[in-house]
Amino acid sequence: MYAQMVKSTGKGVKTREEMSEDERAFQDKIDADTKIEPRDWMPEEYRKTLVRQIGQHAHSEIVGQLPEGNWITRAPTLERKMILLAKVQDEAGHGLYLYAAAETLGVSRDEMTEDLLSGKMKYSSIFNYPTLTWADMGAVGWLVDGAAIMNQVPLQRTSYGPYSRAMIRICKEESFHQRQGYDIMMKMAQGSPEQKRMAQDALNRFWYPSLMMFGPSDADSVHSAQSMAWKIKINTNDELRQKFVDQTVPQAEYLGLSIPDPDLKWNAERGHYDFTEPDWQEFFDVIKGNGPCNTERLGDRTRAWEEGRWVREGLMAHANKRAARIAAE
Amino acid sequence: MADTIDRTALQQFLLRMGDNTLILGHRVSEWCGHAPVLEEDIALANTALDLIGQTQLWLDYAAEVEGAGRSADDLAFLRDVWDFRNVLLVELPNGDFGQTLMRQFLYDAWASIMLGRLQKSADERVREIAEKAAKENAYHVERSADTVVGLGDGTEESHRRMQAALDYLYPYVGELFESDATDAAMVEAGVAPDPAGLREDYDALVGRVMADATLRLPEKAYVHRGGRSGTMHTEHLGHLLCTMQWLQRAYPGCRW
Repeated sequence: MYAQMVKSTGKGVKTREEMSEDERAFQDKIDADTKIEPRDWMPEEYRKTLVRQIGQHAHSEIVGQLPEGNWITRAPTLERKMILLAKVQDEAGHGLYLYAAAETLGVSRDEMTEDLLSGKMKYSSIFNYPTLTWADMGAVGWLVDGAAIMNQVPLQRTSYGPYSRAMIRICKEESFHQRQGYDIMMKMAQGSPEQKRMAQDALNRFWYPSLMMFGPSDADSVHSAQSMAWKIKINTNDELRQKFVDQTVPQAEYLGLSIPDPDLKWNAERGHYDFTEPDWQEFFDVIKGNGPCNTERLGDRTRAWEEGRWVREGLMAHANKRAARIAAE
Repeated sequence: MADTIDRTALQQFLLRMGDNTLILGHRVSEWCGHAPVLEEDIALANTALDLIGQTQLWLDYAAEVEGAGRSADDLAFLRDVWDFRNVLLVELPNGDFGQTLMRQFLYDAWASIMLGRLQKSADERVREIAEKAAKENAYHVERSADTVVGLGDGTEESHRRMQAALDYLYPYVGELFESDATDAAMVEAGVAPDPAGLREDYDALVGRVMADATLRLPEKAYVHRGGRSGTMHTEHLGHLLCTMQWLQRAYPGCRW
């Protein structure tokens, strides 16, 4: 998933006694793993939290096309170009499923797009980092999609039906994305000295930003507690980050690459790797708009939206004319 | 493939087919993440993907016929401008979305007729590639025609932009129907039709779509040529190759 720090009510989870009758019946359905569907009654805050979360995820898929699009025209072989095109096409498709899921909650795609461009809604911090060499296409697939999968797999069981169904479709495609990324890293790590250098450099630059994708520790967050009670968040950020580290370290070893963390070591007692937390000040800077590529990413999306206005208006005008002609016949 | 066929001519014909799809696929892929609406981002990526897939098939075969130990990737990433055999139309810059879709339609309409004829080729490989490509092209031409009609017959602004795109691009259409000694050899061997013979069907199809789009076809358009023969490409192709071939040129001999 590409949603970070999604706010819910901010008031903490209500006890059963504090809940209204509707709220109790709603929570009972969630506790019994019955899916909530668009026409069902739901607390207003549940709806708003979901719009924020699904919208942020959808925007991330859309903005996420850009760092990879940066290399489509420079892909080194016809096959790599095709794989990358297929992947970016998938991502746009994921954006479409997710916007459609959010639209069932009464907000339009155009409204969400305007909120993205005005900065009111966010997208994942990871896409504000640049892709500087071909190895970055490997690192993005391996680490960024790998981190996304960690969160998306449990979300297939999320309580909101349309969101859960979107996540099931998305997960099928994401594992292919991660494999192709690892395959690029493998070729680079086994390649010429320059290719190896690119691979290590990509890991150095993407390691900590990937750990940031899970968001800061939310062990004490009232927002996360509410989202978990509603089953629109399944695991804590720290659980997922640990799982990601545990999975990724042996993969890096297999590639012969070093994780840029001198304090990384296996902790037999915990049964997990100990690792250094990312620089959270950097994370907050990126979220506030000061990442290396925030200006370019939002600038690109704004330009696409504004320069495309005449196209959307033209096609709409034509559809209206055609409908009028058919009605007149 | 018949033993008596002129292999140089066959290889040139295959390069013409594969270079068209390679260069157009590259141009379309430049849009990634910047389309006016999400559905168009998906459609453009899908079109580019199909075209690059067709490139792989045409250039694989071209490399085989050449028999010099080169691969499709070598042909795509290690030739310079003068060895490319695509028509000038496909190397022209994207311009705005309207220009991109107009160029796409003018190409798709030609490809739909060409691929139809090539499915009757005497060469089995050509027939197989054409069958696969024709299925993909059927979707491309439907979509690009619909978009040209929608924008031509849309608002005043969209109409004006589409007419400007057509006026700019139409002088590059004629090259698709030029015939030379290579084409004569392909006709002789039953591999491919005479390009000039596609013109009537093309004009009928394009005329129909432009009428629906309320756009006016330029009369007596000049014909810019030189791409298929490789004698004179536009200045744009060199810049496209600088981007496309950069990794292979900067780090030669690597596996990716």
